[in-house]
Amino acid sequence: MIGAGHTGLAVSHFLTERSIDHVVIERGEVANTWRTERWDSLRLLTPNWQSRLPGVAYDGDDPDGFMTMPEVVGFIDGYARIIDAPLQTNTTVTSLRPTEDGYEVVTDEGIWSAPTVVLATGGFNLPKVPAVADAVPGSVEMITPMEYRRPEQLPQGGVLVVGASATGIQIAEEVHRSGRPVTLAVGEHVRLPRIYRGKDIMWWLDQTGILDERYDEVDDLVRARNLPSPQLVGTPERRTLDLNALADQGARLVGRLAGIAGGRAQLSGSLRNKCNLADLKLGRLLDTLDEWATEKGLDVELDSPHRFDPTKVDESPPLNIDLTSGEISTIIWATGFRPDYSWLHARVLDRKGQLRHDAGVVRDAPGLYRIGLNLLRRRKSSFIHGAEDDARDLTDHLIAHVGVGAPTH
Amino acid sequence: MTTTGTPVNNGVNVQALLDARTALVDAPEGAQFTWRASTEWVGGTHSHSEVNGFFGLGGEQAHRSTFSFDADHPEVFASEDNGATPVELLLVGLASCLTAGVAAVAQNREIQLNSVKATIEGDMDILGILGADPEVRNGFNGIKVHYDIDADATPEEIEAIVAQSQKRSAVFDAITNPTNVTVEVN
Repeated sequence: MIGAGHTGLAVSHFLTERSIDHVVIERGEVANTWRTERWDSLRLLTPNWQSRLPGVAYDGDDPDGFMTMPEVVGFIDGYARIIDAPLQTNTTVTSLRPTEDGYEVVTDEGIWSAPTVVLATGGFNLPKVPAVADAVPGSVEMITPMEYRRPEQLPQGGVLVVGASATGIQIAEEVHRSGRPVTLAVGEHVRLPRIYRGKDIMWWLDQTGILDERYDEVDDLVRARNLPSPQLVGTPERRTLDLNALADQGARLVGRLAGIAGGRAQLSGSLRNKCNLADLKLGRLLDTLDEWATEKGLDVELDSPHRFDPTKVDESPPLNIDLTSGEISTIIWATGFRPDYSWLHARVLDRKGQLRHDAGVVRDAPGLYRIGLNLLRRRKSSFIHGAEDDARDLTDHLIAHVGVGAPTH
Repeated sequence: MTTTGTPVNNGVNVQALLDARTALVDAPEGAQFTWRASTEWVGGTHSHSEVNGFFGLGGEQAHRSTFSFDADHPEVFASEDNGATPVELLLVGLASCLTAGVAAVAQNREIQLNSVKATIEGDMDILGILGADPEVRNGFNGIKVHYDIDADATPEEIEAIVAQSQKRSAVFDAITNPTNVTVEVN
């Protein structure tokens, strides 16, 4: 097992339950990414009641609250102790390659051989920064969410936040509130309210079974796996943070960053359509939720159905910004993350450097598994509570594989 | 969704498009297309353009016949008006592309279209092209497209089809996003 985050530990739990000898190798400490690569104010997007791992549920007194990063680390750390995971921490894997009877895992603390390996290394190892970043004038500072901790880190002045996922809108809001006027470049995005008809949106997605939808039931898997994270924030007030909320606070919404030429950022004229698409999609989702509520006879106990205001888009949002004028001091690239497979010496990547796998079973690499990617096996795969079902399924597959002919140890 | 029992037919072979998508993901080199046109000056502001050959699916392809287009400027520009203005052709390109997309998306969503009509307008301050005001751009200040669609669907479904067609439109992308243009002279 490579990685001691929540997914790796969930698999470890099932392996232990089935008496499969294993080791969990971790480059840092348990829950390393949550400890070291997140900004200060971040809280989970999922409410506490949803923070559960195989055999362990949230038992605190704030089920509707959202965990801070130290709380998440505490939760996962506690889980590692409860399941007594066979940890090998502070050990960095530098190479994995196939051998005749399995895999050789080279680390800075020695070499392991194993008939099966599970990659639980997270989906967010490296920031995805578009190539146009090379054309940004030297006078403008650039930062990714992996290095970003708090607004005070940034110079004074305007900030261009590129990307309107959960990451982009959360950082945009706190940076704007710090007195650094934010321009938010908005491409395709997913709009969700925090609360609908008195219930957290995660309650709806959970209860209706949407989060349990399997990868082989989804219309367009490639598209679904690559969707940006929904515009949500976890706060004690359980408030909705969408583009309207940002615009009301004075942040400026502009089109997707399409290019940079001659020191000018070129912005797409597609902002209205992108917002319209997200509004329509939200409307369809709420229709589905309302139908479900009526079917289940819940209309009496829930608040009345309602719809959210369409996203307000300026008549003529600017199509370019002069990055040499001093108006923008910093660009924050909230343009997504990708896994790091540079240490993987096996022919398992596609032409875009992504792992070829069928719901976590790596193709052309018997005994190699992956867990912890967006919609790996289910819509909930990327959430903490989504680890359980995926880990159980992959453990079943792994045990069947080890059982048929592969050498045991 | 359609309420009739007859199969939806907007005349778009969506299955062929979906099959092509699957095939091209496995053979991405086949997805590299080059579109071409040739334009010859006739006289004054009048030009005559033809399109026929293009490259795609790994080889040279051709239209069933050569299509030709005349472009000119109207008499208020002291021209002879032998054809649409180039900017009008651009509007035609956008509206045609979006309308093709409407049909394809509707077919894929099994929605029967009865009629689709687009009207398109592009506002322009011609002080730009006349070189009379350096702060005015040559191109459109904005483009507005209006659709009248009769289909066996709810207003929300129709709106979603139109939104999706913009999302998948080559011309919408070409107009809303910058493109490097290289012009050479022999």
